[in-house]
Amino acid sequence: MAPLLSVSGLEKRFGGVTAGKNVTFSLDAGEMLAIIGPNGAGKSTTFNMVGGQLKPDAGSIVLAGVDITGKPPREVWRLGVGRTFQIAQTFVSMSVVENVQMALISHHHQTRAVTSAATHLHREAALAFLARVGMAEMADRPVNELAYGDVKRVELAIALASEPKLLLMDEPTAGMAPKERTALMQLTSDIARAHGIGVLFTEHDMDSVFGHADRILVLVRGEIIAAGTPDDVRSNQRVKQVYLGEAGAQAALKARRQAVGAH
Amino acid sequence: MAPAIRIQGRFVMPKLDLSRRTMVGGLAATGIALSSRTAPAQGAPVRIGELNSYSRMAAFAVPYRNGMQLAVEQINAAGGLAGLGGRPLEIIYRDDGSTPGDAVRVAEELVTRENVTFIAGAFLSNVGLALADFANQKKVLYLATEPLTDALTMGSGNPYTFRVRPGTYMQTKMLVDAAKDKGVKRWAVVAPNYEYGQSAVAAFKRLMGAAVPGFEVVAEQFPALGRVDAGATVGALAQSRPDGIFNVLFGADLTAFVREGNTRGLFERRTVVSLLTGEPEYLLPLGDETPDGWIVTGYPPEQVTTHGHPAFVTAYKAKFNDTPRLGSVLGYVVPFMIRDMFNKAKSTETPAMMEAFKGLTTQTICGPVTMRAVDQQSTLGAWVGETTLQGKLPTMKNFRYVDGADVMFPEAEVRAARKI
Amino acid sequence: MDLSFVVIQALSGLASASALFVIASGLTIVFGVTRIVNFAHGSFYMLGAYMAVTIVPWLLQFDRSPTLFFVGVIASAMVVGILGVIMELVLLRRIYKVPELFQLLATFGVVLIVQDVVLKIWGPVDITGPRAPGMRHGIEILGQRFPAYEMFLIFVGPAVLGLLLLIMHKTRFGVLIRAATQDREMVGALGVNQAMLFTGTLFLGAFLAGLGGALQIPRLPANTGMDLSIITEAFVVTVIGGMGSVPGAFIAALIIKMLEAFGILIFPKITLVLVFLLMAVVLVVKPWGLLGKPEVASGRAVLPEGILNLKAFTRTEALVWIGLAAALLLVPVFGDTYKVKVGIEIMVFALAAFSLNLLIGNGGIVSFGHAAYFGVGAYAAGLLVTGPLKAPMELALVVAPVAGGLAAALFGYFIVRLSGIYLAMLTLAFAQITYAICFQWVEVTGGDNGVVGVWPSRWAASREVYFYVVAALSLTTILALRHLFYTPFGYTLRAARDSATRADAIGIDVKTHRWLAFIVAGAAAGLAGALYSFSKGSIDPTMISISMSIDFLMMILTGGIQTVMGPLVGTAVFHSVKDFFMPLTDFWRFFLGVSIIAIVLIFPKGIVGAIDSLRERMGRGPAPQPKPAGEAA
Repeated sequence: MAPLLSVSGLEKRFGGVTAGKNVTFSLDAGEMLAIIGPNGAGKSTTFNMVGGQLKPDAGSIVLAGVDITGKPPREVWRLGVGRTFQIAQTFVSMSVVENVQMALISHHHQTRAVTSAATHLHREAALAFLARVGMAEMADRPVNELAYGDVKRVELAIALASEPKLLLMDEPTAGMAPKERTALMQLTSDIARAHGIGVLFTEHDMDSVFGHADRILVLVRGEIIAAGTPDDVRSNQRVKQVYLGEAGAQAALKARRQAVGAH
Repeated sequence: MAPAIRIQGRFVMPKLDLSRRTMVGGLAATGIALSSRTAPAQGAPVRIGELNSYSRMAAFAVPYRNGMQLAVEQINAAGGLAGLGGRPLEIIYRDDGSTPGDAVRVAEELVTRENVTFIAGAFLSNVGLALADFANQKKVLYLATEPLTDALTMGSGNPYTFRVRPGTYMQTKMLVDAAKDKGVKRWAVVAPNYEYGQSAVAAFKRLMGAAVPGFEVVAEQFPALGRVDAGATVGALAQSRPDGIFNVLFGADLTAFVREGNTRGLFERRTVVSLLTGEPEYLLPLGDETPDGWIVTGYPPEQVTTHGHPAFVTAYKAKFNDTPRLGSVLGYVVPFMIRDMFNKAKSTETPAMMEAFKGLTTQTICGPVTMRAVDQQSTLGAWVGETTLQGKLPTMKNFRYVDGADVMFPEAEVRAARKI
Repeated sequence: MDLSFVVIQALSGLASASALFVIASGLTIVFGVTRIVNFAHGSFYMLGAYMAVTIVPWLLQFDRSPTLFFVGVIASAMVVGILGVIMELVLLRRIYKVPELFQLLATFGVVLIVQDVVLKIWGPVDITGPRAPGMRHGIEILGQRFPAYEMFLIFVGPAVLGLLLLIMHKTRFGVLIRAATQDREMVGALGVNQAMLFTGTLFLGAFLAGLGGALQIPRLPANTGMDLSIITEAFVVTVIGGMGSVPGAFIAALIIKMLEAFGILIFPKITLVLVFLLMAVVLVVKPWGLLGKPEVASGRAVLPEGILNLKAFTRTEALVWIGLAAALLLVPVFGDTYKVKVGIEIMVFALAAFSLNLLIGNGGIVSFGHAAYFGVGAYAAGLLVTGPLKAPMELALVVAPVAGGLAAALFGYFIVRLSGIYLAMLTLAFAQITYAICFQWVEVTGGDNGVVGVWPSRWAASREVYFYVVAALSLTTILALRHLFYTPFGYTLRAARDSATRADAIGIDVKTHRWLAFIVAGAAAGLAGALYSFSKGSIDPTMISISMSIDFLMMILTGGIQTVMGPLVGTAVFHSVKDFFMPLTDFWRFFLGVSIIAIVLIFPKGIVGAIDSLRERMGRGPAPQPKPAGEAA
């Protein structure tokens, strides 16, 4: 079976800086793939090229057999890619449920509708998505009054509202308390597995990465230096050297112990 | 509410803004004239609504209002409006906001709230035209005192609108008459980029072209009003090597232009003809850089000796502690024209007033002024002479008063333009 | 064109550019640090000139030396700098937390106050300053005379540029200015005393404006029109150069003045529109000006300055509004003709303001040029009924919104590609270009005199009937626009305002939706313009002027851009305040300015915003402090 997402030979330069060099990987439906790397390694660049926020200089991105290379975000989204941002991007003047309703309005090509009132459109469906991320009881709160962890959940609900094939999550747990992080990552992987959604995420928090990713890509200076299961990456000598360091290795070990303990 | 109290109310507010120089005199004048029992005028005052750019164009409009207040005071002291049983004349002053939109609203307020008999005033041409059209639509008489645009009495003229000040064409013609004998052929022109500047240039080309064979304009500059880039403008004019310069700039633009031109020698050995530059409003700021020998229209307050003018200057100085400006003269003349109109009409009905204005002759400090019936333009003239310095004070020399009657549009042309 | 002429003309251009740069540099620095669009900068320039014509002649009594002349110039600039500090301490400091647009409103209040204060202190007559001693003569260059003072000015600009760059790079204050210009939050994070930085910046900005004004006195008399004549040009320079970029301002001033020096040879009337044409071209090609940088993406999501919660009317609110509408409709029955007239104007302006708030309050698209579409509507209607067609009013009222919409479609196509202050300035540029066309195309538009005779059809000629025509059209259009806020289209606009990134990531074509909003708002403004012209009986370019655009901004800000209905209240209040003070005193601008500032200080959310807050507080105790959603915990 062809992979859900196949990325090959992506290149991106900003002036003299190489942010992406021959980046090639693939992702299957229902799989959680993490991209890690030091600051400035090109994680966000890779992300933004897949999401359409940046145009690659070279290479191709194919989603479920459709070439999406260089398409703007709104088209990428219509082809089945939902995303969350490092700094949560929500419609801060709206309520929680309206945020999800907006995604549904757009999904149904109703953004230019001028006859009906927006508040009633797709409300039931939006509530269902909120229920999926555990935010149903907050539906009518203004989104700007929520705790940050909850905002991230809302963002996840927005991303899910178009029934995407692929979820892009840029540092989904940044700025969250440790407990919230685990809960959010668990929620994400449950949803991904249950609905066969591929998830591509970057993360600084090693617990989240090693605890929830099926596979990990390690990016350094725009290049993939290692790829494989958490165990493979953990034992990769080069990764230890250039990136994980001792602290990272310990975190990885700890995460493994926890994972084992949970079983 | 009794009129006297209303007036009190109106003039109390200006005290707030502490404009002593301009307002307290008015307060005293009107107060004395209207509330004192010894005032010879009696009965309910006849109210005229006067709207002008007192805020934006204060340099012209405030002396104008001073002149009006002086005249009203004198008229009322001398028995008010004889034709209306000695009723006093009252003028209600309003700022016109300097835009046609505001002005029309204010006019409406004057007519409906203040019950004025007719409206007068306006400085800017577009405000004047809007008011004229308003007057025509609402069947209210409008005495356009200051706007210069020829459209007011020609193409856009209407039966309800009468204009006092000599228009752009008339003043340009005065200058052309004074300068044509010099025989200068190569002219450069500079004018502010709006209707007044454009019409003045058009009139100049037409009149000078007719008077001087071989007349040609070798350079034209139209800087935006208030934003002249004097250096570049002077450079562009000098480049064309004209023998004469026709200038329509005024105010700050004029001062900048004169200074730049003086330093660069633009005016040397050239005939310069300049519209309105002799008016103290624009001449005084030139100070000791006033060029010598420019042929201008204007007003030399201290030197006019005819028609009781010195008495006016003395009274004005006594009352306002300032020399009169051209605006003051105009403001002073208008109430007397109004008085004579009422004395002739013996009514405050619009048709009667309109009829009375036509052909009405008033003796003024400028000499007799007649409201010509065909275009409803008065024959008020202007002084034409040359600029000069007396000591450090700019003024005019070799001047004479040109009667407006000598420079008006030919009647046939008026009939064609007004389609009558 | 001989060489000597080209040289002299170029030198003239350089001198003017130099003078303009000194003024614009202050504006760009103040904007860079405080993000305040400081309209009062032109007032500081004017005050600089008035100070100089007061101080310099006094000094020259003692000794007519160049030194004393320049001591006087610097002293004048210092005084103005201190006035800038006072403005910061007394006014701006209190309003850094209020929406940026409100700060703009406050500085405009200062402009109005300064205008009348100057008139009061120095009188209406232009005051000509002394020439600089020792620089009265002309210098012979290639056989032509060039003023020595202007030769001196040519060097002032680069000297000021050099000094500013030195300050920016070598002093702590300068480094902070640069840091704040690039990223305001960083400065806050570094624990810098922001208040001191802002005070210092305002001093520097006002000082430069004052210096620019004081340096003008040998060339230009101090006059009461100086503030407005310079402020737009100074803004254009800073925008073309890139807001916050001092070298950018220098380059922009050079380009503008050189183009002008030679442009007037070919197009003698070009000064009216040149700067705006140039600005439009630059912004279309370079959306952040020549040397400007895109705003650093803020580290957190900021609450937008506009409608925050869109609620349907409660029963009480609905009753209040129905009551108000009913009272309005009864005006012709009980009020006099003048009340009817004022009522018409308020309805017309309310429509224009309401349509502007669809853009600003709901869409986050700040337009400084809404008068363009109002004016296009007015002209379309006015020219139709007075032109060769002699079309009836009914047709004109149909055509006007179409014309307004078309103009908005044309300009909006370029405008929606920009953002923030650059977008706002492009709207201004297009409005000024429209203004210039109406002003200049005398044969068709009647130039600045405009066209008279734009009266309603016979059946609607009476003031009362026309009142109901206006009421029917404006109230239904306002209702329709209000409905739009609540529809998916309105929500989409607001979504794009809240987060363009998020909107794009859920499939929304942000630019197209903004463009459509622009067209809708333009059409509504066009209708308002037509209704206005029939109530006045004439059309003229003041309907498209900057002050008209500013009036619309004032109206919606007075009412509150956070609310849907605020603009209506704002229009009524603003118009009434103006109408109240104008007949009362010559100094009505002073009182209008004071009223504006009072509104900013007392109702920083606008009047309706304040009422909402009050009700919230009474309804459910202290209102919860809204937290910006993205703030890292």
